[in-house]
Amino acid sequence: MSADIQSTAAAAVEHDGGGETMLPVPHRVTGRREESHDCVTLRLEPCGRALPPFAPGQFAMLARPGVGEIAISISGDPSARDGSLTNTIRDVGAVSRALCRTRPGHVIGVRGPYGTSWGLDTAVGRDLVIVAGGVGLAPVRPILLGALAARDAYRRIVLVAGARSPAELLFRDQLADWAARPDVAVELTIDQPAAGWDGAVGFVTEPLAQLRLAPAQTVAFVCGPEPMMRFSASVLLSKGMAPGDIRVSLERNMKCGAGLCGHCQLGPLLLCRDGPVVDYARAQALLDVREL
Amino acid sequence: MTGAAVLSRAGLDELIAALIAEGYRVIGPTVRDDAIVLAELGSGAQLPSGWGVDSAPGRYRLRRRADEAVFGHSAGSQSWKEFLHPSQQLLWSADGDGFSPARDEPVRIAFLGVRACDLAAIAKLGVVLGGGAHPDAAFARRRAGLFVVAAGCTEPGGVCFCASMGTGPRPGPGYDLALTERTDAQDHRFVVDVSSPAGERVLSGLTRRSANGAEIDDARGAVEDAAAQMGREMPAIDLRQLLADSRESPLWANVADRCLACGNCTMVCPTCFCTTTQDSTDLTGEHAERSQHWASCFDVDFSYLHGGSVRVSGASRYRQWITHKLSTWHDQFGSSGCVGCGRCIAWCPVGIDITAEARRLAELREASGAGEEGPDEQS
Amino acid sequence: MSSPDELAGSALFDRLTAAQLAAVTEAVREVTFAPGTRLFDEGQIAAGCWLIRDGQVALETAIPGRGLVVVQTLGPGDVLGWSWLVPPHRWHFSATATGAVRALQLETSQLLALADADPALGYPLALGLFEVLLARLQSTRSRLLDLYGSPRER
Repeated sequence: MSADIQSTAAAAVEHDGGGETMLPVPHRVTGRREESHDCVTLRLEPCGRALPPFAPGQFAMLARPGVGEIAISISGDPSARDGSLTNTIRDVGAVSRALCRTRPGHVIGVRGPYGTSWGLDTAVGRDLVIVAGGVGLAPVRPILLGALAARDAYRRIVLVAGARSPAELLFRDQLADWAARPDVAVELTIDQPAAGWDGAVGFVTEPLAQLRLAPAQTVAFVCGPEPMMRFSASVLLSKGMAPGDIRVSLERNMKCGAGLCGHCQLGPLLLCRDGPVVDYARAQALLDVREL
Repeated sequence: MTGAAVLSRAGLDELIAALIAEGYRVIGPTVRDDAIVLAELGSGAQLPSGWGVDSAPGRYRLRRRADEAVFGHSAGSQSWKEFLHPSQQLLWSADGDGFSPARDEPVRIAFLGVRACDLAAIAKLGVVLGGGAHPDAAFARRRAGLFVVAAGCTEPGGVCFCASMGTGPRPGPGYDLALTERTDAQDHRFVVDVSSPAGERVLSGLTRRSANGAEIDDARGAVEDAAAQMGREMPAIDLRQLLADSRESPLWANVADRCLACGNCTMVCPTCFCTTTQDSTDLTGEHAERSQHWASCFDVDFSYLHGGSVRVSGASRYRQWITHKLSTWHDQFGSSGCVGCGRCIAWCPVGIDITAEARRLAELREASGAGEEGPDEQS
Repeated sequence: MSSPDELAGSALFDRLTAAQLAAVTEAVREVTFAPGTRLFDEGQIAAGCWLIRDGQVALETAIPGRGLVVVQTLGPGDVLGWSWLVPPHRWHFSATATGAVRALQLETSQLLALADADPALGYPLALGLFEVLLARLQSTRSRLLDLYGSPRER
């Protein structure tokens, strides 16, 4: 429908090309920590206006001008209200490498928050089982930080985390702190034999399979490479969990993060809008189809 | 169509001139490169008088008509989406630590001769690009400033199937003026329906007369008759469910033997909206830009993830396109994505017909007995 | 001597009838191992099977230049040792208690005798062992996939 000529003229004068949705908001790198040989955690603070607060599970589009823009889940404390953002990035391509190489003082562009959250508030009063593989530990860290900040709101908290080797386990200091707490159970395991490691050696599904669960009381949060999530969900289902109580974080190519570019489809889902957190009742059938 | 008016052929030229005088860029059909293309019109003389189109799977030819009808042709390869959702546009530029949105010069656009299918397509783009939590503001501005003159179809094209998609041939909501062209030995006239205050105002400045009852009935009847003359139709079943049931159908391997994954269908489709982004810098690296352009799910790297693509086989990419268009569009945007314009059929180099593939999927589903008790589909 | 209830939770025995479980229980006793105890050595005749209750056991092999490499650890609920069931009846890896370990030890020669005498017991026992083996195989395959590897390495 067309508008009246007068208001159209007014609107036409003060316009901008991309509109707010695609325009990055400048943020300065104020902290940088190397987690492993190819993972870096950046702390970002707004140069001017801040973005709305991010919930655990949500992601930001991080841009390095001239290089590109990628979707990265937040990995930090969800209760931060100062507009700061924490993201853990793995160097796997041109853009992620450029982001990993930024230093404190550099400015990058940020858009968000986008996507669905882990929904920690819906797990109040239940057991939390968090299963992470590799860099999948980063998007679930906000679940732990949020749950530990309100520890009494939840029953058991169990973290099962797998990595290829001890050197590739992220947030090692924090893992040790959590493991030392009597109110959190932490099971770590590595895939490949490593000298100097006296912990478990085996795939992440192995300690997971040995957990005693009260399936009706449990909510599981699973994050990592897609096959690892499928195998972990399979173990949880065999323990009697309902698929609707298992939440996975899915990933597909994203160009806009905002539901406009069509890239992140997985069947009926637009993962930037209907994900990345999806419950397994919805996700299972889709993940079983090759090349969907 | 109460209060309908009639414009003569000269009246149509007046309409174009009046819109130009008001500062509109008038986009309409014209003949160029042996096809009907949508281009900026300087006057009504540039309309494709007397040109018709023969279209069939993988075929499109102009032909000379016996009359001087200007809307006596069916859709060309382009759709109106180029003017609302351009194939290339700058998004922002960055200098130092700031990001500046692109500034393009404000332009008011008038569309002349939008078919019912294309009108429905514009509305669907409006839902996708303008109706979500994060709208495309540039699209919304272009659409808000549009003046739309629709054209009712009286002669369906060879590949058309709008009737079975419920989008035509009568134009639905979204126009300011709708014209139904009637041409015979006596007369060449356009019966006009008005649907907005802006349309009313523009019409009031033109030489016109009131339409009589017979003219109104004739115009309406011609469009209704067109509905019965479609050369093809989509099967009248729940297409959303059909595609959801068909993820493992043997059809995909069969299509893959024919489909070139050229992506023509996505370029000509009036509702395909997918885009990708591109980043560039100047030689100093101080000034960077990001632009957006059309992308196709048939590109192998459309689904690039973790060092490779998710949809590598041609079969999976065809499945993605047709499933999105006919099925998962419902889940994502609340309607079908297809408007029945038939462009994908005409412009497919190997003549793949989306209605025939849908029909074949239904037959295969029936044969495998996977109808009602098909794989569980939760959305 | 242990009770049938202790065995009932294990996937190894959940196909046995109550009577069969009672018979098998005769071949089971609880044991403990101090940290560092070598339970068995690679290449030795394989006898014995353990249901680990507490603690961790490392399966390891010696690789010249790399030393003793732990290829797998087993913990509470895991079954240690199945090379006794089929030829060549020799251990493929060495097993060491990395901490204090409490386990149920199965006298496998007794189990084999029970199974030979009564195929109706042998078959579900073998299936139970197969199920444990299958899970171990799937986990091992998952590790082979190197899922946490970077695209840059491929």
